[in-house]
Amino acid sequence: MSLVQVEGLGVRYGARTALSHVSLCVEKGEIVTIVGPNGSGKTSLLRAIIGAVKPFEGRVKIENGLKIGYVPQKLHIDETLPITVARFLRLTGGVTATDIDQALAQAGVPDLAKSQLSQLSGGQFQRVLLARALIEKPDLLLLDEATQGLDQRGSAAFYQQIETVRQETGCAVLMISHELHVVMSASDRVICLNGHVCCEGTPAVVASAPEYRALFGTGTGGALALYRHEHDHGHDHGDHPHDHNHTEAAE
Amino acid sequence: MLDDFMMRAALAGIGVAFAAAPLGCFVVWRRMAYFGDATAHAAILGVALSLAFSMSIFVGTMVVALLMALTVSALSGRGYAMDTLLGVLAHSALAFGLVAVSFIAGVRIDLMAYLFGDILAVSRGDLAVIWGGATLVVSLIAWRWSALLTTTLNEDLAHASGINPKREQLVLTLALAITVAVAIKVVGVLLIAALLIIPAAAARPLSRAPEGMAIIAGLIGMLSAIIGLRAAYVFDTPAGPSIVCVAALTFLATSVLKGVRPQI
Repeated sequence: MSLVQVEGLGVRYGARTALSHVSLCVEKGEIVTIVGPNGSGKTSLLRAIIGAVKPFEGRVKIENGLKIGYVPQKLHIDETLPITVARFLRLTGGVTATDIDQALAQAGVPDLAKSQLSQLSGGQFQRVLLARALIEKPDLLLLDEATQGLDQRGSAAFYQQIETVRQETGCAVLMISHELHVVMSASDRVICLNGHVCCEGTPAVVASAPEYRALFGTGTGGALALYRHEHDHGHDHGDHPHDHNHTEAAE
Repeated sequence: MLDDFMMRAALAGIGVAFAAAPLGCFVVWRRMAYFGDATAHAAILGVALSLAFSMSIFVGTMVVALLMALTVSALSGRGYAMDTLLGVLAHSALAFGLVAVSFIAGVRIDLMAYLFGDILAVSRGDLAVIWGGATLVVSLIAWRWSALLTTTLNEDLAHASGINPKREQLVLTLALAITVAVAIKVVGVLLIAALLIIPAAAARPLSRAPEGMAIIAGLIGMLSAIIGLRAAYVFDTPAGPSIVCVAALTFLATSVLKGVRPQI
């Protein structure tokens, strides 16, 4: 069985539909990336998987006893709350000093244990959040735009870290990212989301899918360049509004 | 020793500070200051109802404070900004409470005692209620400590760890209602929020860990109670406000300390 199986998921906030008829699954050990424009329901999908939003329809099936490590999009630490990195990591319970050192090393920030959480830089903070997700030795890592606010080099290094972690621990990764060119090269599978699943497949397949191009245009050429040279400059749908009718065709 | 009214007053103040410290930290961290105010102000309505139905003031205020807190939780995020909503509810609850008290015929009550507290009139029974309530609040928060902290940091992170943020919010709400009910005798409804927030805020510059902040806040609260009472005795000032004044001066001192010293 898949680690996570999403079947016909629909999520609504009041009258606004964030997701409808979304089905996907994540298998053991694979890296799946979700791409999609702003407001396409990417975060809602992750929140439905961790149980933070109730599905309006459909369901989310999670393998029994699956441990999920979650790295949220952005976490504002109030200055009024004094807490060190080590204490933050110990919040999960049953965590030893060795676990803390190991998780911080895995996340690439071995020397931060005694620092105050509110005084970390953006990059350090995301890595501490990653360490927190890793400390429970998850079977599945969920990353919601974990590199927001990092520069290109920083986010490239961050995703490299994710791949290393996957190799070391064998955990599956389901992540959201805007940085297609960085992320797609590291993914086994890409799911293009815009309220529904537009298209999915290997990075190369998705990058050349018309649905994907309709959303992102060919302007994101960098994403494609990692797989193959782009010779086809003839079509640029980027300026046109997204046409929803193609959805079923993509299935 | 409980025969001495000053001793009883000091013990009452220390008891309330004991409960207010950890709860106050969460009020500060979660930016619930107004929430505390609204809950406390609603308590005066509880006083009126308790007198009207001649039941225990402690039970009446706790129930009304709890209802108020639950109402605020339920209404939040439904079209009004939180501070507007709390502003409306807090002050209308206070106003309705004051009006309701005036309707109670035949009962002579000292309204000032409920607005500003009457710590010098604390009886042995009151002491038992205060310490019982305070122990309950501290145990409740200690029991849920890690879950509460995780929820305070990020609700989605809590969800992912199998913690239900709504339940943790309810724990804090309940703790707040109990604290309001036990503190009413000591500082009165108008100054309860001060006793929650000021020691916690004063403790912030001196702490590196959440647990440390709660403990230091407790110490500051207890010292404020003892020194404030002493000052009230010496200068013949109202006791409740004197306690809050001492806490406020402590806040001033630690803030200045933070200014001259690099952040720890």
